[in-house]
Amino acid sequence: MQLELVLQYLVAGLTYGTIYAVVGVGFNIIYNTTGIINFAQGEFVMLGGMTAVTLHRFVPLPLAIAGAVAVTMAAGALVEATCIRWLEKPSVLRMIIITIGVSILIRELALVSWGESVRALPYFTGNEVSSLTLGGVHVSPQVLWSLATCVLIVVFLWFFFQHTSLGRQMRACAANRDAAALCGIATKNLVTLSFVLSAGIGALAGCVVSPITYTAYNIGTGLAIKGFTVAILGGLGSSMGAVGAGFLVGVLEAFSVSLMPAAYKDAISVAVLLAILFLRPSGLFGSGAAARLKTA
Amino acid sequence: MKTLRLAAAAALLAAAFHAPAAEQEPLKVGALLSVTGPASFLGAPEARTLEMLVEELNQKGGIDGRKIQLVVKDTAGDPAKAVSFAKQLMEEDKVFAIVGPATSGETLAVKPIAEEGKTLLLSCAAAEVIVNPVASHVFKVAPKDGYAAEMIFRRMKKMGIKRIGFLSSNTGFGKAGKDQVEKLAPGHGVEVAVSEVYDKAATDLTAEVTKLKAANVQAILNWSIEPAQAIVIKNARQIGLTIPIFQSHGFANIQYAKAAGAAAEGVMFPASRIVVADSLAEKHPQKAVVASYKKAYESRYKEDVSTFGGHAYDALMILVRAVKEAGPDREKVRVALEGTKGFVGTAGVFNLSAADHNGLALDAFEMLTVRDGKFAVLGE
Repeated sequence: MQLELVLQYLVAGLTYGTIYAVVGVGFNIIYNTTGIINFAQGEFVMLGGMTAVTLHRFVPLPLAIAGAVAVTMAAGALVEATCIRWLEKPSVLRMIIITIGVSILIRELALVSWGESVRALPYFTGNEVSSLTLGGVHVSPQVLWSLATCVLIVVFLWFFFQHTSLGRQMRACAANRDAAALCGIATKNLVTLSFVLSAGIGALAGCVVSPITYTAYNIGTGLAIKGFTVAILGGLGSSMGAVGAGFLVGVLEAFSVSLMPAAYKDAISVAVLLAILFLRPSGLFGSGAAARLKTA
Repeated sequence: MKTLRLAAAAALLAAAFHAPAAEQEPLKVGALLSVTGPASFLGAPEARTLEMLVEELNQKGGIDGRKIQLVVKDTAGDPAKAVSFAKQLMEEDKVFAIVGPATSGETLAVKPIAEEGKTLLLSCAAAEVIVNPVASHVFKVAPKDGYAAEMIFRRMKKMGIKRIGFLSSNTGFGKAGKDQVEKLAPGHGVEVAVSEVYDKAATDLTAEVTKLKAANVQAILNWSIEPAQAIVIKNARQIGLTIPIFQSHGFANIQYAKAAGAAAEGVMFPASRIVVADSLAEKHPQKAVVASYKKAYESRYKEDVSTFGGHAYDALMILVRAVKEAGPDREKVRVALEGTKGFVGTAGVFNLSAADHNGLALDAFEMLTVRDGKFAVLGE
């Protein structure tokens, strides 16, 4: 294979990877504070994209995105306040079923309010056909925007969880909620905050990738499955892990297309996921000890 | 309880059969449509079209003074739901005929039930197998996918294209199209150098188009009804592919051309004329029909017409015409449907027969292109 083509496949892989990674990162925040997987994460991504498209009719792009992120954050808070907060010591299974229910509810509400049509924000720079040429390889500027957003989110989360008091409280809450409460941490508020935060990040991801992937009321499920896959693969709870795993899966899928029929693309990524989980049950970058603590 | 009430109602009706004609029981027409779910962009405009037409017809006094009652069931695009709703429509609602389903998969699931229950079914779906082999009570109003492929290959021949890359999605529509394309290509001297199937929920297809680039094909042909058909053309242009791009008749929904923006310019595809209603010549036989339907639909629902809503229009109007001609007797209407000749609909001119339950010819399709963000006739 020519070098130029190899690089072009690599770019395709990076494009898939960023999309998976930005969605996967969102899963980790709620997992980090509550130990549950929020299956409505994909719907937050959809909500962000759809709201931004609607707002963009009235205000400039940056404002529309900021507005969409704020609206989705409010939706995240609402979901937590109405469905999660009042539960006394909910089991993980119960919370998962609740989030699945919420995801269906949001999807149907979106269908009623926006209809079934497909929308997208305009390209942030250039348009649908523009691409940057780097040594014979073509890259859409929107891919670079997504990549930059992805990096920004990870850096922000790393700083937030490691170096702010609020972030440390959230981590304490995740490690042991009772102990955290005994130390005077308002655990219920932190769970709300984690929903707000992950809704916001999901919405931002939804805005940035919408020119590439489009958005419609029903895109949440598909994105959530891929995002969930990379979050597990990278090790639940690790944002860096999710990003690394996202790129790994993306690049694998792209190169598998070059060698095999494209229909096997998803089979390849799931096969890799299974293989890695057999060898490293806590994911590529996850720590086994931390996972055991959570399930204990 | 329900059956009791129904029986009581029937007894009352029987007692009142001397009542004047104006109080006749309405003619029930069922509709099995994917109003929500992944195929909602087919079913939703179809359901809206039916509601609009039934209201219009009833305002004009219905069929010879008899009102039409529409019973819409939302299948959400699920063949299993389509089957159970079909049974409900036939056994509980006792409908005279059913319009739909909107998708090929659902129609094929419902076909044997309609045939067994001797209920007329007028499908709005594309696959040729719906009417081939012919089932006596099953009709379809959407043009065949084989004709779409034929139109595309004729164009390719004219342009001297001999080697193409083919992409399709993993749906009933994509698979049926793939079969037709691979069957018809050799007859037109076209080699399908690469044929790839992608997931219907695909969000980026850069790797697939890179594979086509590597194979040095002269043109791309894509066959799907999902947003992926807009993603394909964007990705192809982004990696610097400038070769001609062809799409199936699934592209005939302006929202995909809008979604692909600048990348959609110059894309060629076959479609029925309803999507270019404005640029049809005044003397074109379909002009009056498509223009009046388009005007009524767009002013009522504030959205662009699509070929799909047009299929519902054709199905209901062909049925109404047959009922007017033969009276409300199912077997007589069935024969009248088979005898439909020269019916001008949104999809073309229908000439049905006992052997052809579709009745559209190759000329139902026109080759279109995208010019300045709008559909336009491709011309010579």
